[in-house]
Amino acid sequence: MTAALAEKGTHVPAPADGETPPPAGGRQRRRRPADQPPRWQIYLPLGLYLLFTLIPFYWMVLFALRPAGSTSLVPWPVTFEHFEKVWSERSFGTYFLNSTYVGIASMVMTTVVALAGGYALARFRFRLKNAFMLALLCSQFIPGALMLVPLFETFRNLQLINSLWSVIIAETVFQLPLSMILISGFIKNVPESLEEAAWVDGCSRLRAFLAIVLPMLRPGLIAVGSFAFVHSWNHFLFALMFLSSQDKQTIPVGLNTLIGADSVDLGALAAGGVVAAVPVVIIFAFIQKWLITGFSAGAVKG
Amino acid sequence: MALTAVPKKRVLPGKPAKPGKPGKAGKTGKRGLPYLLIAPAGLLMLGFIAYPMLSVVYYSLQHYNVTKPWRNGYAGLENFREIFFEDPLFWQTLAFSAKWVVAEVGLQLLFGLALALIVNQTFIGRGIARALVFSPWAVSGVLTTTIWILLYNPSTGLSRYLADVGIGEYGTSVLSDTGTVFWAAVLAELWRGVPFFAILILADLQSVSKDLYEAASVDGASRFRQFWHITLPHLKDAIILSTLLRAVWEFNNVDLLYTLTGGGPAGVTTTLPLYVANTGIEGHDFGYASALTTVAFVILLFCSILYLRLSKFGGDDK
Repeated sequence: MTAALAEKGTHVPAPADGETPPPAGGRQRRRRPADQPPRWQIYLPLGLYLLFTLIPFYWMVLFALRPAGSTSLVPWPVTFEHFEKVWSERSFGTYFLNSTYVGIASMVMTTVVALAGGYALARFRFRLKNAFMLALLCSQFIPGALMLVPLFETFRNLQLINSLWSVIIAETVFQLPLSMILISGFIKNVPESLEEAAWVDGCSRLRAFLAIVLPMLRPGLIAVGSFAFVHSWNHFLFALMFLSSQDKQTIPVGLNTLIGADSVDLGALAAGGVVAAVPVVIIFAFIQKWLITGFSAGAVKG
Repeated sequence: MALTAVPKKRVLPGKPAKPGKPGKAGKTGKRGLPYLLIAPAGLLMLGFIAYPMLSVVYYSLQHYNVTKPWRNGYAGLENFREIFFEDPLFWQTLAFSAKWVVAEVGLQLLFGLALALIVNQTFIGRGIARALVFSPWAVSGVLTTTIWILLYNPSTGLSRYLADVGIGEYGTSVLSDTGTVFWAAVLAELWRGVPFFAILILADLQSVSKDLYEAASVDGASRFRQFWHITLPHLKDAIILSTLLRAVWEFNNVDLLYTLTGGGPAGVTTTLPLYVANTGIEGHDFGYASALTTVAFVILLFCSILYLRLSKFGGDDK
């Protein structure tokens, strides 16, 4: 640590507390040593927590890559037999396509619908606005699991049972309220004067929105969109209850079938888990920075 | 919706009378536009949230069971009487749900807060550390089950390797023992749930004014006191809101328990929503399931309001 500090040329003698000038390096944030806990108080709990987070992931990868029956703690020699098995024999190829379809469709629907509604909430005053906001907030407290039975009825009436669209619609509906509240918060953070300037220049509202507001919403939209994708990629109950034929199933349902098998094939199960995890973990790695800034845009308090 | 769609397309732009009050000034000709914009969301929510909810209330007053058609018809409050007075499973699953929600939300908040405070410090490797500790956030309930089944497996799981080095016994099966299954499930869900709190709290920490800390440390306040008097009050509303959302979410959480324990062993991990889903979809008793749903809604609503009141949400600002 000290070495790293010295390297940046920012090491300040500890007792010089109050009036230390900002360090020359510029990158180091100006904090007094007294404000910072000792390093071990950061690294020790963090290290322990990292173990708790990572061992389960490692365990899954280990089982997915080592041959059946092996008890080695390192996946060596590597085998891909489990992946081949789940992908074709256990139809994870089909599930993967279905899940991708559901994920992308509900992501697009959620984002577009929430963008329109969010814009109305951020930029207009209208009579039903407060009632609508209240409905959005209240819907946050409606548990989807309790809606299974009536939704099942509704989709049966619409003849959408066993169609991927039942899941897509249900996912979109339950993603909408939060997405809309978040997006309207993001739009409020874009100064309206920018839009007005564009109107003065003769832009229509739509053009001004597309040219000025939309680009500034990018981080927020990425956060909301990937939120929706990850959520519907992961969702289990709707797919389990609304989709009956095997070629319509999604990955979580496929995993559940593997878990529930009479004699659980742990290698195949782990490989299926890796297939389920890879897309969302990759998306997460890309968006996790935006997630923090997206939420801290004060959106939750909107 | 679009009652007031106006022939005049182009309203003269500009001249915002009061910059702080969007939409009101200048655009009287576009009164239909906001309704048009919220229409898709409004229709979806009417069709797939409001309508099903009303139908739940309607069916809760009916006997409606496809397997017992001779009994179908108006039931009055019969279903509710049965729930409260004749259904031990209702009370059992409700109690389990309450225990599950309290344990999960409490522990997730505690660890999430600690984790957020740690990764909010400046240290080397912070970016990668954040990405790693937050990553279980993206993992589904079923995938969590998958992973923890591998870990909990009595013959090839972690316990076997721990027994190798002398900790615990061989063949420990935490998921089939009624004494350990609850905490085994809690731990698995904790693994996935802590990042949610950590992310939200970390986001909120970004807006704490640095000046406050500077002033406090000039005055010689310890780090603990700074946390207690500056950080925690700042986080209060975010904590109240996220605990409430999370409580509903955990109540609602069927994926993990359904796949990890299937509600077992011996029904000790069946939550209320799981019981409802079983009754309605596998048992085909829509009427009774609807009544259960209605009761659960009312309980949730009551608890939410009570919680917001007791915690004085938003009280300091206004």
